[in-house]
Amino acid sequence: MEWRRKHVLGLADFSAEEIEFVIDTARSMEDVLTRDIKKVPALRGKTVVNLFFEASTRTRTSFEIAGKRLSADVVNFSSAVSSVAKGETLLDTAKNINAMMPSIIVMRHPASGAAQFLSRYVSCSVINAGDGSNEHPTQGLLDLYAIIKSKNKVKGLKVAIIGDILHSRVARSNLHSLGRMGADLWLCGPGTLVPKEMGRSGATVTNDIREAVRDADVVMMLRIQLERQKTAYFPSLREYARNYGLDSEVFSLARNDAIIMHPGPINRGVELSDELADSSHSIILNQVESGVAIRMALLYLLAGGHNAAR
Amino acid sequence: MKKSGKKLILDTKGVDRVLSRLTHEILEKNKGAEEIVLVGICSGGVPLSRVIQDKIRSIEGVEVPSGYVDITLYRDDLSRAGYQPRLKRTEIPFSIDEKKVILVDDVLFTGRTIRAAMDALIDFGRPKNIQLAVLIDRGHRELPIRADYVGRNVPTARAETVEVLVGGETEEWKVVLREPPPGKGK
Amino acid sequence: MLLVKGGRVIDPGSGRDEVGNVVIADGKVADFLPGGESPGTFDGTVIDARGKWVLPGLIDMHVHLRDPGFEWKEDIRSGTEAAAAGGFTSVVCMANTSPVNDHPEVTRYIREKAASAGKANVFPVAALTRGQNGKEMTDFSELFEAGAIAFSDDGSPVRSALVLRRALEYAKAFDFLILEHAEDHELSGEGAANEGWTAHRLGIPGIPSAAEEIAIARDILLARFTGGRIHIQHISTKMGVDLLRMAKRAGIRVTGETAPHYFTLTDAAIDGYNTYAKMNPPLRGEEDRMAILEGIVDGTIDAIASDHAPHDEYTKRCEFVAASNGIIGLETALPLSMALLAGGKVTPARLVDLLSAIPARILGLKGKGTLCKGADGDVTIVDPEVEWEFRESDVRSKSRNSPFFGWKMRGRAVAVLCRGHVTHSLMKEVTPDA
Repeated sequence: MEWRRKHVLGLADFSAEEIEFVIDTARSMEDVLTRDIKKVPALRGKTVVNLFFEASTRTRTSFEIAGKRLSADVVNFSSAVSSVAKGETLLDTAKNINAMMPSIIVMRHPASGAAQFLSRYVSCSVINAGDGSNEHPTQGLLDLYAIIKSKNKVKGLKVAIIGDILHSRVARSNLHSLGRMGADLWLCGPGTLVPKEMGRSGATVTNDIREAVRDADVVMMLRIQLERQKTAYFPSLREYARNYGLDSEVFSLARNDAIIMHPGPINRGVELSDELADSSHSIILNQVESGVAIRMALLYLLAGGHNAAR
Repeated sequence: MKKSGKKLILDTKGVDRVLSRLTHEILEKNKGAEEIVLVGICSGGVPLSRVIQDKIRSIEGVEVPSGYVDITLYRDDLSRAGYQPRLKRTEIPFSIDEKKVILVDDVLFTGRTIRAAMDALIDFGRPKNIQLAVLIDRGHRELPIRADYVGRNVPTARAETVEVLVGGETEEWKVVLREPPPGKGK
Repeated sequence: MLLVKGGRVIDPGSGRDEVGNVVIADGKVADFLPGGESPGTFDGTVIDARGKWVLPGLIDMHVHLRDPGFEWKEDIRSGTEAAAAGGFTSVVCMANTSPVNDHPEVTRYIREKAASAGKANVFPVAALTRGQNGKEMTDFSELFEAGAIAFSDDGSPVRSALVLRRALEYAKAFDFLILEHAEDHELSGEGAANEGWTAHRLGIPGIPSAAEEIAIARDILLARFTGGRIHIQHISTKMGVDLLRMAKRAGIRVTGETAPHYFTLTDAAIDGYNTYAKMNPPLRGEEDRMAILEGIVDGTIDAIASDHAPHDEYTKRCEFVAASNGIIGLETALPLSMALLAGGKVTPARLVDLLSAIPARILGLKGKGTLCKGADGDVTIVDPEVEWEFRESDVRSKSRNSPFFGWKMRGRAVAVLCRGHVTHSLMKEVTPDA
């Protein structure tokens, strides 16, 4: 197939073919990462701008490394936007950066739809590194890739995603990527954090962690934002950890060869016990590795070898 | 007068004879198979390097390490390659340090592929030297690159194409010179 | 002297729906001559309204003129021009200006500016509480004397039930009307769109319909408890309509309005993060839209009001959650309402009730909403057949925030008289007065 996308804004309309194509490309990128000289000139002379309106060392660093491995010039813009009401800043910022003619802008922003908005006002490609509660497409792809590397397939696997589903763009992107590739998806969390509309996505929804984890091949824990407790989504972290945290006892219900995932950073003792976070079942570090390869793949597909913007 | 002229340059037997000669030349120049490694350039050079590896085995009784390299990420002409060239894999499961690397490709044309391949090899390690073996040299070099071992020189017009086709399990080879179809300019 | 000749005069206020001639003199309706009777020689302007409808001047009882304070979005002159272009002769403007209209000086300013520069009658609504802070009542009677016709903190709900109770009890003695923007602020929270499948798909925080329903229930019960009078603005939910219906059956003194976008669009319109379909209350689901249509048909809903909310492009050209709420509506209210006639369930007379007669009655606007003898010379002449496309270049408002551009409309106001003066005309022979 031919890669035709100018932007990567979300996985909602990615076909299975496109997803596979990205994974294949990522495999080749991973080859580069195994060499002594972890660099190829594919994006030489191209500029990648990391435009992060939300603090995120992890994802930003991942994109930075990915860009540099491809010999791109990577520039970081961090903007602390204290309130979403400063909407005008985004349009102005977009126009300013666009005037500097980057090849790709990687953006993370607290408002859903911000990446789509940006793509309308810049002439270069846009990669969504997380927009509000909407999507985090590179995470959805790297999680899928990590699972494939571990299990050699996704189709038919029972994947349980547990935590604050309501606010999670990671969950939503994963629903698209894993769902499209045939996983049997289960969503679990407290009643306040699993919206009723979720059922329409084709996943099975439950508030019982045991039901979700039973016979699961993959258990993906989501980060609980500590501020949620303050706005009364659940009584206390203790109560949350008791019922929705993963410990060895609950995890024993999963299959023997089940793997544990987490997008990071982990709240140890809340979503995941120390023991499990460091166990051999955890592929959390593989996720990070896969992240760089996936991001290299997307940067390459969007900007590798093209002189003019499409 | 055929619509798109096609001329058969080498058939299976022809290719086999040419590769035998190339193998002998390689062994002669390098005084044997010591320190030699073969690296085929994806994708045309891969089956060729395997044949050469087989022939060295039957002549010298030595198993020469063989791998392949995809040069897509090193090309300088991606914009001319059309939409988005698909990445292939690179497998060089041995060290090339201090080795004599025989790069193998099917058709030598502008020389840009070879330049990219050398860039890739140098990122892998520090070979003692790099030598180039090609089945067909069709001229029209754009860079100062030359092959050490040439199967056959085929003078061509720029718009013509030379295709090296390997067929199925029976390993039938065909080297074909194709005229461009009339009326299509580029 | 003006003669509006040969049109179909639809005036439920005087029980009339027949072809005839309306005579306007000294800014008032002087006479009605039925059928083909022409008053012989006529010494004045003649407007040929044959084939058209002749309606009592339309009244939009929910408009934001943004003046004083936000004049780049709209001002009294441009807003009333937009009103006239939309077929309206009177507009009722809300108090969330800057400064807030909680002081007689501001009320007087609005009335004076409208009198000199306006192209429609402007009836200001004063704030219910000082600064619309929801805490202390404004000086109702002084504001009324300055020209305020009702009281509302619209833009915001009155958060405290206690404050609303007191306001209702106090206003009752004067029979002042309170207009309430019904919203439970804590439930709507950070929401930016109707809480439902579309918002969920887009990752946009939702405003549950319960936020409106609970507020409407509270307002109705307070009206019941105090015996006061209350009007619920921009109803958008099915349960909201149901509650209003139940309240009326129980004899509670409550009326309600809806806006054309709530019976024309659903939350599907925000797909693609379309900020031009973002408003508060938000567009809801299909079930709600159907319920509002039913409420219009069965008389539960008393009025259609546009909630005309002009905003500059800058506040709409941004990410969805940060965009301003509201769309302009003066110039599309009439054609969108006329689309209701297609089903056959809404009659032209009912439309006139919704857009003129009932608003006049609710607000106590004497001489308005009817074309009986002695009524004000406010007339809206409508061509019910004309098909046209709503284009940005047509818009008289200063702002262009509408989701209806490019829509094919059927029915349009072709001439508007305000107190006997022509304020708008698409008819070649009729020119607007300066």
